[in-house]
Amino acid sequence: MGSHADDRYYVPHESHWPVVGSAGLLFMMVGVSIWLNGSDPGFWVMLAGVAIVIFMVTGWFRDVITESVGSMYNAQVDKSFRMGMLWFIFSEVMFFAAFFGALFYARNMAVPWLGGDSNNFFTNFVLWSGYESTWPTNGPGEVGGDFTVMGPMGLPLINTVILLTSSVTITIAHHALIAGKRGILSTFLAATFILGFIFIGLQAYEYVHAYNDLNLRLTTGIYGSTFFMLTGFHGLHVTLGAIILLVIWFRVLKGHFSKDKHFAFEAAAWYWHFVDVVWVGLYIFVYWL
Amino acid sequence: MSTIAAEVNDHAHDDHGPAKGIKRWLFATNHKDIGTMYLIFSFAMFLVGGLMALVIRTELFQPGLQFVHPEFFNQMTTMHALIMVFGAVMPAFVGLANWMIPMMVGAPDMALPRMNNWSFWILPVAFGILISTLWMDGGAPASGWTMYPPLVLQTGDAFPFLIFSVHLMGISSIMGAINIIVTIMNMRAPSMSLLRMPIFVWTWLITAYLLIAVMPVLAGAVTMLLTDQFFGTSFFLAAGGGDPVMFQHIFWFFGHPEVYIMILPAFGVVSEIIPTFARKPLFGRDSMIYAASCIAFLSFIVWAHHMFTVGMPLSGQLFFMFATMLIAVPTGVKVFNWVATMWKGAMTFETPMLFALAFVFLFTIGGFSGLMLAITPADIQYHDSYFVVAHFHYVLVPGSVFAIMAGVYYWLPKWTGYMYNESLGKLHFWLSTIFVNLTFFPMHFLGLAGMPRRIPDYSTQFADFNMIASVGAFGFGLSQLILIYVLLTAKKGVPATDAVWDNPEGLEWTVPSPAPFHTFDTPPEVLPPLKQEQHA
Repeated sequence: MGSHADDRYYVPHESHWPVVGSAGLLFMMVGVSIWLNGSDPGFWVMLAGVAIVIFMVTGWFRDVITESVGSMYNAQVDKSFRMGMLWFIFSEVMFFAAFFGALFYARNMAVPWLGGDSNNFFTNFVLWSGYESTWPTNGPGEVGGDFTVMGPMGLPLINTVILLTSSVTITIAHHALIAGKRGILSTFLAATFILGFIFIGLQAYEYVHAYNDLNLRLTTGIYGSTFFMLTGFHGLHVTLGAIILLVIWFRVLKGHFSKDKHFAFEAAAWYWHFVDVVWVGLYIFVYWL
Repeated sequence: MSTIAAEVNDHAHDDHGPAKGIKRWLFATNHKDIGTMYLIFSFAMFLVGGLMALVIRTELFQPGLQFVHPEFFNQMTTMHALIMVFGAVMPAFVGLANWMIPMMVGAPDMALPRMNNWSFWILPVAFGILISTLWMDGGAPASGWTMYPPLVLQTGDAFPFLIFSVHLMGISSIMGAINIIVTIMNMRAPSMSLLRMPIFVWTWLITAYLLIAVMPVLAGAVTMLLTDQFFGTSFFLAAGGGDPVMFQHIFWFFGHPEVYIMILPAFGVVSEIIPTFARKPLFGRDSMIYAASCIAFLSFIVWAHHMFTVGMPLSGQLFFMFATMLIAVPTGVKVFNWVATMWKGAMTFETPMLFALAFVFLFTIGGFSGLMLAITPADIQYHDSYFVVAHFHYVLVPGSVFAIMAGVYYWLPKWTGYMYNESLGKLHFWLSTIFVNLTFFPMHFLGLAGMPRRIPDYSTQFADFNMIASVGAFGFGLSQLILIYVLLTAKKGVPATDAVWDNPEGLEWTVPSPAPFHTFDTPPEVLPPLKQEQHA
């Protein structure tokens, strides 16, 4: 701890953003529930909630950025932010773990058992006579009808290369930030989120292809469920990560970061690496094996 | 820009007091104010959930259907559990953590005060949504708090509201847990090493880790329910290659650590209180920490003991049985350490100590019945009977809830600056303890005799014990009115000293009662010494 001010704890003043956020969540959750129950106005209530939450996120971050640029955060606050971000990413990992767990359980247990594996001969014989378990499958009831599997080659492979490349570009950007090379920093950071948005675009194209040409849908039994939920939630996270990187890019252009104070950049980079690692898991377990 | 920054900078370092009026609570960033809101909210939910329990006990007072429809009865059991677990017990411990952890580690506040406010203010939204389902078409959720498919998919309009309120509770818990971990890891006074931390802080550190690890898994599980219901996925549909049992696995991967989320902070509270009133240092202090860590680790590999009857490979049954029984070892370490702490102590029995003592006895009863339930062949008989109800109510009511009450009585003078009414506190304790046993002990017999849980009617041979349990439940509920009175008159007593009790251990007792708005402005340089064991 350096100057005298740094020896004192930093406690932020009151903030209205949390309750604004709670109000936004209230509208969002109530709205989407009403909508799912078949009442269309719920959709607009949900949108209002989303708008309030976006308003809250921008306002809250504007406060934090103003305080950060105003040098109000000492080393201890910086460390709190770092730890908070890492634990948040851990919670995200566990959210994906639930869906990976569902994939592994269905693939290695539920489906073989439906096929009579282990001591489940009568499950197969009585309930699903004649069903032979395989993977990928849409189950003994062939829910969703005939479908074609999404193979690992082609688009998924290109997407893998894109995401892995974006991990390299953001690392180059980080090194450039530390070395004080602003031009390289902004170029490679821009390259990162552009790659991210290209990934999303290709992913959307792949979904259209799956729905139209392969008859592979969210409703295609357990394979379709796990495929679309895992890749879908991953895609949402890539979208969020790319938007975060875009915001960071604007802050770079404004000259917000110095070589030893750029936590926001690092947090975005950590998040980006996280979505990258999840993709590698997806590519191996959902597309490839 | 720089002048604005300087102004903001000055403002931040003002020793500002609380804001005026409602803004103090809506915009709060102070750990004490947020802790107070958490505690009041959880107490309100405790009363709401308690009323639902009384509806259940009213219907079960006699055999036959007399007061409520079976559908409503099921809604009551479901809502009672959801409200008590997520609305009463968990937020109460977060409230205690908010109040005490910064004081105990020498911090001015929580590490992320604004996020702290948000994690609280999500809760009223979540429970507003959940409770509003009582008035919806098809009524409130009635599938049990475990939300097993396919039954839960028969919920009426309440279904999406149930799912999203669970999401909100999860968001709130995760943010609260992140805040607590970061506060503990980053805001400690420089001289407070990890093993030097109070046990309450340690147990909360472990609890927070469990929360971040499993709440997202619950979010994933209920998300799958939602997509199965509305978007045609087949996660829990056998025809599509899914499996309803898979939900149970995912749910209980969350659910079992959740059980320890509700009891580890209770261990922490009791480990603070017993040494104070036994006037001895906590026996085996380090082993308490290792035991809590052990329990947390084991909590991840025992989940399927909740579902022995549902069908799983024999190797699975054996593994989960033995892993579950292993938990008795670290838990036994804790119980024996509490007893050894009291051994030859100069004990006095103020209200917090009475609750802590009752905790040790009654939680252990719940622990033993848990051990019985862990045995797979026996569990196949006990499953879904009142024996299970007796078991988890013993660990949750005279377990977690008593520990919360013990903590409230123990730290109340530090919060208010005044001693509460000791005789009323003792009366509250004795009535609560007598009635809680009257309520839940007969349920052991009912369960062993074969009475199933979650059913509004029963065979006549169960009538006597059910009547006793219902009388006990109303007695327990009415006894809590004494607690309300004690809390409302908490500032009418004699002023409390800084130490409050007789030479208690910990930083919180070195600051004035009531503690200043921001307890520590700079980190305390010197910590009070830990008590040492006296060797005669």
